Amino acid sequence: MMGPLLVGLYVFVLAVFVGFEIITKVPPTLHTPLMSGANAISGITVVGAMVAANSERPTAATLLGTAAIITATMNVVGGFLVTDRMLAMFGGKKKKKG
Amino acid sequence: MEDGNLISSIVPILYLLSAVLFIVGLKGLTRVRSARRGNAIAAFAMLIAVIGTLLEMGTIHWTWILAGLVIGSLVGAVVALKVEMTSMPEMVALLNGSGGAASALVALSQLWGKIIEPQTAGAQAAGSVRSVLGAAPAVTTVLAILIGTVTLSGSVIAYMKLSGKLKGQPILLPGRHLINVLLLGASLVLGIWAVTQVLEAGSLQSLLLVVVAASLLLGVMLVIPIGGADMPVVISLLNSYSGLAASMTGFVLNNNVLIISGALVGASGLILTQIMCVAMNRTLANVLFGGFGAEETSSGGGGKHEYANVRSFSSEEAALVLESAESVVFVPGYGLAVAQAQHTVRELAAELEKRGAQVTYGIHPVAGRMPGHMNVLLAEADVPYEQLLEMDTINPEFRNTDVVIVVGANDVVNPAAEREQSSPIYGMPVLEVWNAGTVIMIKRSLSPGFAGIKNALFEADNTMMLFEDAKKAVQGILTEVKDL
Repeated sequence: MMGPLLVGLYVFVLAVFVGFEIITKVPPTLHTPLMSGANAISGITVVGAMVAANSERPTAATLLGTAAIITATMNVVGGFLVTDRMLAMFGGKKKKKG
Repeated sequence: MEDGNLISSIVPILYLLSAVLFIVGLKGLTRVRSARRGNAIAAFAMLIAVIGTLLEMGTIHWTWILAGLVIGSLVGAVVALKVEMTSMPEMVALLNGSGGAASALVALSQLWGKIIEPQTAGAQAAGSVRSVLGAAPAVTTVLAILIGTVTLSGSVIAYMKLSGKLKGQPILLPGRHLINVLLLGASLVLGIWAVTQVLEAGSLQSLLLVVVAASLLLGVMLVIPIGGADMPVVISLLNSYSGLAASMTGFVLNNNVLIISGALVGASGLILTQIMCVAMNRTLANVLFGGFGAEETSSGGGGKHEYANVRSFSSEEAALVLESAESVVFVPGYGLAVAQAQHTVRELAAELEKRGAQVTYGIHPVAGRMPGHMNVLLAEADVPYEQLLEMDTINPEFRNTDVVIVVGANDVVNPAAEREQSSPIYGMPVLEVWNAGTVIMIKRSLSPGFAGIKNALFEADNTMMLFEDAKKAVQGILTEVKDL
């Protein structure tokens, strides 16, 4: 049996390889959206932040968790929205043309 | 009970689904046709992960969670919808920073909630973090704090450099490498020591603050020596760090979705970093520690670069050359972004096309301040992306091009990269614009670019210099062309 650390390590290493495999040959046009979109994904920490802030009492731990939710949600919402805005521009003139 | 069983079997499935959708979404982001859908899929994956977590939490105290979600969403949405496309590098830098901050804050909250507060309240016997959380989570907590805070402060410095609040030139402190090694060592050793020793809650708390302060300083120290033109590398690298920090948080919380999505972001950031380094023909170490372009500041810019035979032209003369041109290539650089000239360039292109010329754009991979910077700006101005040609595609075409208009670019069109072995940029792939019939070079002055070196293109026989702000110059040419 593997401990949770080892399982985590397996998952981590395999996910890095998946990342390298799926992101080969990105056209330069998509460099910025890929970066901001990927960045929004890193806001997944919001999941951990919610667990950390799950309390009624405003202790330091809860407040740190709340601050984490704020920064992570900014990251998620801001990241996905701004990426969509950029990508809409890339697709936009296609419609005008055809 | 029944309910609990159901949820405990659904939640892992939701996490798996979320991880798979993140991968699908990210893959979508690498193709123009599927990019927008890919982004939406990734956002949906995030929603599933959040729902899964809420289900897993069971009893939810909404006060703080909701407050955080509402504030974060509002700020994020307002900034994302209002930000100018020209400010996109700053925006991405800030997003990287907030991602890093979130990971560090989660790790800190763990330590406070599980160790410091229970021990202060006497609810928990004194013991090391390691004995309470386990060895691996204790170490990954320290790593999450370290990587997260370095990402935060590094991104803030990158933001300040990009927005002009801090000088773009590298700031080189004496002994900076030693200071950095010491700071990194101090944060790591103190951090690991703090989580493995049995400490008073108070001492643990102070020690953690020292670790946070040291890694914040490290982030600042790592980015201030890097020049503005190397920002594409720094931004992609910080992007990678923000993913790694999320992954570390995943180890802390033993949550595979975090580990997977963090690792994906880490990998994608690293790939972009690699692409940028290749485009500059430099190693990552050279970009990070080289202090490239610093001589320029020390020599004061002056007499080192003597130019002979530079010929300054008016927009009218440029328009006359363009009148007979059948093929025109625009080569944009950071100057286009500064002057916000993308719309004017597009208008000039449309006017030239109307007169029968074939117009394309040659894009250097590191033109601008972030990966893909020029592409975003030109897309905003409605330039079809089919007209944006990569360096390898456009380089053989310059021979058959009548006129190249270089708008605010310098080092990426410097022939020294191919001709002078002694040049610091020798070997860097550049756009071979000098092969074209005529090169119209729009630049505010003869000042050197980030590499701080002379550009022989300025004095070439087929080069016409237009010394003006990019937008004004293009506007001037446009007016003249319309008058022809």
